[in-house]
Amino acid sequence: MKADQSLDCVGLYCPMPIVKTAEKIKKLKTGEILEVVADDKGIKLDMPAWAKATGHEFLGTEEKDGEIKVYVKKTHD
Amino acid sequence: MAEKDKLSIVLFSGEMDKALAAFMLATTGASMGMEVKIFFTFWGLNVIKRNEGSIKSKGLMRKMLNIINRGGSKRLKLSKFHMFGLGTWMIKRLMKDINMPSVEEFIVMAHEMGVKLIPCSTSCGLMGADQEAFRPEAEPLAGAAYFLAEASNSKVTLFI
Repeated sequence: MKADQSLDCVGLYCPMPIVKTAEKIKKLKTGEILEVVADDKGIKLDMPAWAKATGHEFLGTEEKDGEIKVYVKKTHD
Repeated sequence: MAEKDKLSIVLFSGEMDKALAAFMLATTGASMGMEVKIFFTFWGLNVIKRNEGSIKSKGLMRKMLNIINRGGSKRLKLSKFHMFGLGTWMIKRLMKDINMPSVEEFIVMAHEMGVKLIPCSTSCGLMGADQEAFRPEAEPLAGAAYFLAEASNSKVTLFI
């Protein structure tokens, strides 16, 4: 998936990827897509839950060789 | 999202592991757009005491208590396996190994994210700790009525 910005969270565990995502999404424009790269498996359930709670759009997960990429679209400020 | 969801936590315990649990949920809640408050009561006060200097209090017993029960984010022990410091030291090393923030780092982070850190006034009176015993991040002291008023319109309340 093509993203406008990427956030490297490899080596970080819950709650840090979510904390950093919340920080990072503020810097995106509405409609832009953020890619978060992580290796903590918790993110596969955490990111959709975070998106639901904050009202942003969760676009999906890609997984390859233990590296997990999740995509979120910023839908509001 | 018009009104923010609220998360209210009572941290009664003063141990490192329990404080970590509280701060992990608090920072995650703040990241999810929740309005988060942590009320520190009894042993929990130790978590937000200043790390530096001595804690001034009145009366011999309270003075002694604040020496034996000094507190401060960097002095917290594990609730299990402290083993005269060896267990706590080991867990701290393992936390570093997986880039997990320390209690000290969590406090600073939570404060920056807008989490309110509130010392319980009765515990402060009992233990002889006033506002100056706490780190600058701490809010003014508050009582049980304030907590219950907050808790009664919180989506999530926790007692740790």
